[in-house]
Amino acid sequence: MNAPVASPIERAEKLQGLGSSRKRVEDARFTQGKGRYVDDIKMPGMLYGDFVRSPYGHARIKSIDASAALAVPGVIAVLTAADLKPLNLHYMPTLAGDVQAVLADEKVLFYGQEVAFVVAEDRYAAADAVELVEVDYEALPALVDPFHAMDADAPELREDLRGKTSGAHGPRRHPNHIFTWEVGDKAATDAAIAAGEVVAEELVSYQRVHPCPLETCGCVASMDKFNGKLTVWGTFQAPHAVRTVASLISGIAEHNIRIVSPDIGGGFGNKVGVYPGYICSIVASIVTGKPVKWVEDRIENLMATAFARDYHMTGTISATRDGRITGLRCHVLADHGAFDACADPTKFPAGFFSICTGSYDIPAAHLVVDGVYTNKAPGGVAYRCSFRVTEASYFIERMIDVLARKLGMDPAEIRLKNFIAKEQFPYTSALGWEYDSGDYRTAMEQGMRAVDYAGLRAEQAENRAAFQRGETRSLMGVGVAFFTEIVGAGPVKNCDILGLGMFDSCEIRIHPTGSAIARLGTISQGQGHATTFAQILATEIGIPASMITVEEGDTDTAPYGLGTYGSRSTPVAGAATAMAGRKIRAKAQMIAAWLLEVHDDDLEWDVDRFVVKGAPERAKTMAEIAFAAYNQAIPGLEPGLEAVSYYDPPNMTYPFGAYICVVDIDVDTGVTTVRRFYALDDCGTRINPMIIEGQVHGGLTEALAIAMGQEISYDEIGNVKGATLMDFYLPTAVETPHWETDFTVTPSPHHPIGAKGVGESPNVGGVSAFSNAVNDAFAHLGLTHTQMPHDHWRVWQTAEKLGITA
Amino acid sequence: MIPAPFEYHRPTSVADALSICGRYGDEARVVAGGHSLIPMMKLRMAQPAHLVDLRDIAALKGIREDVGIDGGSIVIGAMTTQAEVIASPVLGRLCPILRETALQIADPQIRNCGTLGGNVANGDPGNDMPAVMQALDAVYIAEGPDGRIELPARTFYEAAFFTTLPEGAIVTAIRIPTPRAGHGSAYVKQKRKIGDYATAAAAVILSFEGGRCAHAAIALTNVADTPLHAEEAAAALVGTALDAAAVDRAVAAAEAITRPASDGRGPAIFRTRVAGQMVRRAIAAAAERARR
Amino acid sequence: MGKMHVKMTVNGRAVEALAEPRTLLIHFLRENLDLTGPHIGCDTSHCGACTVDLDGRSVKSCTVFVAQANGADVVTIEGLAAPDGTLHALQEAFRQNHGLQCGFCTPGMITRAWRLLQDNPNPTEEEVRYGISGNLCRCTGYQNIVKAVLAAAAELNAVKEAAE
Repeated sequence: MNAPVASPIERAEKLQGLGSSRKRVEDARFTQGKGRYVDDIKMPGMLYGDFVRSPYGHARIKSIDASAALAVPGVIAVLTAADLKPLNLHYMPTLAGDVQAVLADEKVLFYGQEVAFVVAEDRYAAADAVELVEVDYEALPALVDPFHAMDADAPELREDLRGKTSGAHGPRRHPNHIFTWEVGDKAATDAAIAAGEVVAEELVSYQRVHPCPLETCGCVASMDKFNGKLTVWGTFQAPHAVRTVASLISGIAEHNIRIVSPDIGGGFGNKVGVYPGYICSIVASIVTGKPVKWVEDRIENLMATAFARDYHMTGTISATRDGRITGLRCHVLADHGAFDACADPTKFPAGFFSICTGSYDIPAAHLVVDGVYTNKAPGGVAYRCSFRVTEASYFIERMIDVLARKLGMDPAEIRLKNFIAKEQFPYTSALGWEYDSGDYRTAMEQGMRAVDYAGLRAEQAENRAAFQRGETRSLMGVGVAFFTEIVGAGPVKNCDILGLGMFDSCEIRIHPTGSAIARLGTISQGQGHATTFAQILATEIGIPASMITVEEGDTDTAPYGLGTYGSRSTPVAGAATAMAGRKIRAKAQMIAAWLLEVHDDDLEWDVDRFVVKGAPERAKTMAEIAFAAYNQAIPGLEPGLEAVSYYDPPNMTYPFGAYICVVDIDVDTGVTTVRRFYALDDCGTRINPMIIEGQVHGGLTEALAIAMGQEISYDEIGNVKGATLMDFYLPTAVETPHWETDFTVTPSPHHPIGAKGVGESPNVGGVSAFSNAVNDAFAHLGLTHTQMPHDHWRVWQTAEKLGITA
Repeated sequence: MIPAPFEYHRPTSVADALSICGRYGDEARVVAGGHSLIPMMKLRMAQPAHLVDLRDIAALKGIREDVGIDGGSIVIGAMTTQAEVIASPVLGRLCPILRETALQIADPQIRNCGTLGGNVANGDPGNDMPAVMQALDAVYIAEGPDGRIELPARTFYEAAFFTTLPEGAIVTAIRIPTPRAGHGSAYVKQKRKIGDYATAAAAVILSFEGGRCAHAAIALTNVADTPLHAEEAAAALVGTALDAAAVDRAVAAAEAITRPASDGRGPAIFRTRVAGQMVRRAIAAAAERARR
Repeated sequence: MGKMHVKMTVNGRAVEALAEPRTLLIHFLRENLDLTGPHIGCDTSHCGACTVDLDGRSVKSCTVFVAQANGADVVTIEGLAAPDGTLHALQEAFRQNHGLQCGFCTPGMITRAWRLLQDNPNPTEEEVRYGISGNLCRCTGYQNIVKAVLAAAAELNAVKEAAE
């Protein structure tokens, strides 16, 4: 007599599939110090690489003398551009269709640029040798103000591009001009603005910041000259793309290159691109025949690897007198640094900035983005930005508030008035994106109820009166942000990285005894893929998540994918996982039918088994089916039980959210305390609520840092400022407030499990909420806009200019 | 990230330490807690060929109260860590401003290593204890090639990283006149985040007699290339009941002597005004805590 | 400037080695002793990823020379679980409360919390936040870390009470 079958709900709980707050499998090794990060790798004979870097923002290199460095015991070699030129590796292609110097050739273009690569037997000898390389520079005037990059008398930066009047993204009208990108309807927008009953204009700048993951970038490159195989372990968010690029530029056939991303200590977009350190390590390993490790230190990371933002966005927004938006114009001046190394899909030099119509039904919009070179580090796309979506969302959320001020409308009210309505989805924006699904009004109203928005505004009114009467020196601000962002890059027809379509993949193999291994083309840097992708599969194929190993990051075994950034893992690889799971289940159904001696159509799926319709006691569990796949000779079916899916998404996904922030500003010191932060996220189907909440906490903390104090800046001669953790603002547990999270669920109609992705949403929405709150605190005194970061001195300066400081 | 090579010495007496320093002159640096010096060495901004570690010198540790006819004093060994300052019942009872200040220095790990001697002796204008020592009218006791010397905190600091400590001498203890019973004190510090150096900070010590402020001392942190002993600001409070006009005068006098650097914490004008706010708030807090 | 002979106890084991005095303790632990739990996250003694326990106090091992640690008693993350592999309450609590994501700050964070709870077995939330202010995290936003530490404190206190 068989034991009674547990109920579907009980069986589903045991699977820990979709929707379970399953505890993470990764934690076992991390909590015991047994993670395996790049700098943990130790190989026999391993050498260490370290860079000599430019102390100038713009200078000619007259000479490099490495003789004293080479005399340091243990130093093997000092590479310069002269050594890389014969291999044509002194420049490397960037992800944006430009080239970037691997080692500075004849001139340096940003403070901290790589000039020479010392290779030594231990890292202390390498560090000593770096100090002894003598470089003779001739300083040149530096260009650090992007607004003057295209002046007639601006310094010429890129002599290697001299004479090239067009680049990867079209014509160049000045030596420091990179591209102009335009989208939308200029005529309709101009007409709408000209006819606007109310028009507001503002320059909204998003300062240069840096993702600053706690682990810096690094690699171990090992050329096995006996087998002709190059292996590189490294901090790579896109290991397969790195392999293909490495093959193209080195000439080593791709099957002889193995890229491995081990555990990565945070990526946040900082680890997408290829850095000179990787190339130099590979060259050094080929030349020396030994493994070469390069791990940068924090200052190097902050001053030379992919920065984020640095967008100057001028907006003009028109509306009817009662607050209906009629048109939006945006011009962006994009400061790309000395090389265009923006990690964008090829056809999008400004990423997905054109999502800048946001959550609003704006009939006419026009966008122009001008990218320019300056004497600063290269990069631009990073830091949970979803390809410039952080910039776009900040822009529109500030413009909405600026318009609200001008109209005398409440910021929540104007948003509710202009939201894309639920019935309008799928919605095609004026800048060409088809939003998949959304129910903005429900989310907004839920958020407003949760914080008692009306009560907050009433409290604020009292606070303002009390301030006026001299009873308090603190001003209260309430910031509202309602973001719609765009993730899940993306459909191969318009999304590619260096020609590699942005599909993703999952390959699953079920073992005879009923457990499984799944390999993906993505790579977790803390997002918990080993935990969550097993959950997707558990629900699809009825094997407990705890019985499914998920592997990523080794290009020798993982199916080709474009990696993890831009919140794309769930939308793309998660879809591939579900589809592969369904292929498994389809074959399993045939096996079960054969075992049960019924037709396929006589079976239905019940959590973890196929049951005969109408005869539920006749069933086969997935475990039984798995064994049968290896054990039975089934006519028409190959043995084994595995499947692979390469998923080309039909569209992007559009997560959204309502964030509300309350601040109290000490007007006489500029100190701003975040009293309360409420974040409602709609990421469609929620795979693991615990992990989603963790992502939101982390992203909001990054947003807090950006909005309230983070900045990488340069002085007038191109020296970088703020490139150590003394000055680069990373909040501790003391500054970080309590985060209140909430959610609604509006599934994506085109995604196999309705999931949209969430990783970057909190940075996208968070910055706007903080910034809107600070601006809101002073709005009644006439402030329209004050630039981030809202650190103490800037907030104080705002108050001082308004005449209210003590 | 990696310092230059050095030879390491770990003497067990002050005499031995002085002898090593004497032998190597300016090639030698003493290291106390190391959390000012070692970060500089890692950036190769300091490259001493000889490092003289004071950790094994027992004579440099300890906190004691010397009860004397002149009100007594507290003597703190230079190698007393910030964590030990925080934990000391003697200091908590007699001189609470030290604990209040130490709690605002760096973070728990650094406080386990950083010493009072290190914080007061190297002349870093960002350090918090120097201003507090000036407000307390402390004296630094040092031993040098010419024997024992006493250096008042109020005249110790000449410029950033330049002090009156003679070449080859080591601060061995800090002597603080025991603050008057019933005094009120406060160290109010604005910073970008916990553990940062001050945007501006103020140390205020005052005591009342018959409802009037009879004694006051004010000093400022990180708004010049040295700590600032704000004598005129303190004088503005003495004899008053700390009415609004008196406090305003004190704040103005304090702001008037500031000459802050402009840096990531803000432009000079901002830091001056914050210094004024810190003084105002420290006066209020100290007054609250004082026995009237 | 040759090497010196250093001796210390690490996770209960006596170790000896020859090392340059300037060797940072973090490098000594990671490279000479293959204890790669503590990590390097910055150059200016801010991030705390390198935190170990030295003579009963939390210190940043990137700011200590191996010479200074000669004769010391050091505990790293690798020494927190019981010899039979049973996880420390903190390690278990971090897992139960999602107190980590990328794991890079985690060894330093847990090692710091371990000492924090020994110095203060019943901390308030504010005391926990202040107590870990020398440890930066980029992934979690600290909220679940604080939850984990408080949960571990409760667990350890319950165990202590049960034993009494």
